[in-house]
This record gives sequence, structure tokens and C-alpha cells, in this order.
Amino acid sequence: MADYIQLSYLDIALASVFLLLNGALSLWLQLGISRNLAFAMVRMVAQLLLVGLLLKQLFAMQSPWLTLLVALFMASFAAREIWARQERRLKGWRGLAIGGGAMAASVGVVALMALVLIVQPDPWWHPRYALPLLGMIMGNAMTGISLALDTLHTALSREQRAIEAQLLLGANKWQAMRPFIRQAMRAGFMPSINGMAAIGVVSLPGMMTGQILSGVDPNEAVKYQLMVMFLIAGATGMAVTLATLGAVRALSDDRDRLRIDRLRKAQK
Amino acid sequence: MLEIKALTRLHIGPVTLSLADGEVIAITGPSGSGKSVLLRAIADLDPNTGNLRTQSGVRAEMSGPVWRRKVAYLPAESGWWADTVAAHFEHPEQADLTSLGLPPEAMGWEVARLSSGERQRLAFLRLLERAPDVLLLDEPTAPLDAENTALFESRLKRCMAAGTSVLLVTHDPAQSARMAERHFVFSEGQLRETTHG
Repeated sequence: MADYIQLSYLDIALASVFLLLNGALSLWLQLGISRNLAFAMVRMVAQLLLVGLLLKQLFAMQSPWLTLLVALFMASFAAREIWARQERRLKGWRGLAIGGGAMAASVGVVALMALVLIVQPDPWWHPRYALPLLGMIMGNAMTGISLALDTLHTALSREQRAIEAQLLLGANKWQAMRPFIRQAMRAGFMPSINGMAAIGVVSLPGMMTGQILSGVDPNEAVKYQLMVMFLIAGATGMAVTLATLGAVRALSDDRDRLRIDRLRKAQK
Repeated sequence: MLEIKALTRLHIGPVTLSLADGEVIAITGPSGSGKSVLLRAIADLDPNTGNLRTQSGVRAEMSGPVWRRKVAYLPAESGWWADTVAAHFEHPEQADLTSLGLPPEAMGWEVARLSSGERQRLAFLRLLERAPDVLLLDEPTAPLDAENTALFESRLKRCMAAGTSVLLVTHDPAQSARMAERHFVFSEGQLRETTHG
């Protein structure tokens, strides 16, 4: 497997020349982005080097508990990110629990199935397979959920009068909210659908490119990419559905009222 | 018929009130005193406590949607969810448009082009489709001119004759005197009966 071209740190430094050039240009033109650029670059380098070290350690130690711990850390970070990306959020514990719960449940089921039935590493939770898979699926589910919930919460607040007009005529909460449920789910699904449509023609996915560059046969890389895309789209779809239905339940009650009072606008 | 026992919602109540079949009561009160909050609570649109019933049964034994079909609330500003007027009616062909001074072609109109008076009258008509036991009306004629107000009131009298009880919030003392036998003032979360409108 070592037939790929290894990169030295000098090679990487060489790759960064153009970005540094951009930084110099922005200093010269006083665009005011050189600080942001430098900060983002340093942050990226530090984060990736750290994660590389961490993964190396994890692979060497092969502890199921440590792997689980890292997975939980990733999940809680993603849950917090879903919460932070909504302009209007559910108050209290529901704000974190609905998005985070929907993500954890669907990503958990899909990743577990992929490991136990499809990839079948030995042991099945091997961090080399489990963590990258989890990360890819989770990142996409996170984006889908935050788009869906943001769309739903904004639509329900804006259309309160129209929804209540239907409730007042005897509609139940599902009838009254149906267009907005549909709109939210569509927003959540859209990145996955667009991603599948453009893949291979417009964009070569990063994972596949990485595999091909490191010497894997393109057919094999494509197979892996297909598997990952199916898992991503499936998990995102389940996560978006769960989160949307959960939020609709939280924003209504057993008397079929619209409970906009349970939303709070994020302070900017 | 409508019976309300110890209704509370936020700072409002306990409110106890009963209306006979076909009776109209008028409620006035300063703006912001919570008249709309009271009507929303009766329609069970916001969390509240209390025992309510109409001739169709007890609220606690019905689902929210069934109760709201019986106790129909017309807010001061109506909500619309589709593009055309007809889409807001269960039986658009049966609506009695002319009784409220609207032309028969109003069903084909676009909601975005309706005046506030047209909206109000159409929202009232779509409520009547459910044949409610009780009407909760929040300043229903505020956006209407004198002629259309008269049409609205005579349509309301037909509802009363058919046995519908009406709780009418109005700022117009003359209307209050014309339509209601009992008059109430709502302030500081309490309903008080007064001798005149």
C-alpha cells in the first residue's frame, strides 16, 4: 500500500506559497483580510496537525472506550453547532436535544450498519474506519438539520397568523403546518440532492480525490465514494425528518395549538 | 349556548360567564387590557385553565380542533394561507357573499389584493361554514363603512335567530347598544357587567 508519493513538510510549505502571496497582496492593497486569512491558516494547520497526532495515537491504542469518547465529543460539538446556526431556537433543553438527538440517532444507526455489515473492519469499531465515517456522515447531517430547523422556525414565526387561521377553522396542527414542514424538509434535503447531482461532473469529492492521489485504484475509490454518498444522503434524510417532526411536536401541544412562545430569537 | 367557569390565562381571570342560545353580549375595554387574550383563551388557542362548554359538549372532552369548530373566533386581523379566496373555503360555491355586500366573483379574487374590509367579511363567511355554536368577534366592523357595517349586523342577527351565541368585542357604543342586551367592561383582567353600552 506504500506506493503513494509521500509528501515532505517542504512540499506542504511550497503548496502554501500562493496563499501567502494572497496575504501579501491583501496587505499591499489594504483589503483588511490579511489578519483573518493568517488566523484561519494558522488555525487550520494547528487543528489538522493535532488531529493527525490524535488519530495516530488512537489507532495505536485501539481502545473502544477512547474511540467512543472521541465520537461523543464530535457529536456534542455538532449538536452545539446545529443550535448555534439557527436564528430562532427552541427555548431550554429542547433547543439542543431535538437537533442533537435526531443527528445522534440517525448517524449512529447508519454508521453502525456501515461498520458491522458493509466495511466490516476487525474489530468493527476500529477507529481508522469508525471515526472518518462518523465524521463525514455527521458533518452532512449537521448541515441538513440546521438548515431544516432554521427554515421551520423562521417560517412558523413569520406565518403565525396564517397557521392560527387554519387552527381556528378546525384544522389540526399537521394540516395547518404542512406547507412549512415540507419547506423545512426540502431545505434540509437540498444539499444532499445537489451534492449527488453534481458529483463527478462538476466536483470530484475530496475523499475520492485523496484516495486516488494516495494510489488507490479509481474504481475502488469510486466504490468507497458511492458507499459514503449513500450513507450520507440516507443519514441526512433520516436526521432531517426526525428533527423536523420533533420540532413540530415541540412547537405545538396536545390541544393542537401553535406554541411560538417556545421559540426565542438568537442574540447577535 | 356558552358557559365559562373560572377561565384564567396569564394575568387574566378568573372569568365566569354564561351566554344563552342566540344571546349577544358586548365587551368594551381599554386597548391592551387583554380582550383578545381572553377570546384566544376561550377558543383554546393559548394554554389556559377553566371549565367551558357549549350545547355540543364540554371542552375538556373534545380535541382542540373540534372545540374551535364549535367556538369560532374571528380575530381583528385575519390570516390567509393560500393565494385565492376560494381556497380558504370548504364549499366556496355555497358562501353567501351578497349578504355581506360582496360580489359573486369575490371567490376568484387574489388574497393579496383584498382590502381590510373585504378580508374581514370573507374571514367571517369562512367561519360560518362550520355552523358554530358560538361566535367570538374581535372588533369585526372596525374596517367596515356604515353601509357594510349594517349588512354585517343584519347577517349577525340571522345567526342569533338560528341560536348562535355571540361574544362581541367592540369600541362602538352605538353598536354595543344596537346588538347586545348585556354589556361588559373588561379591565385589569376582570369582566364587569355594566348597565349600558
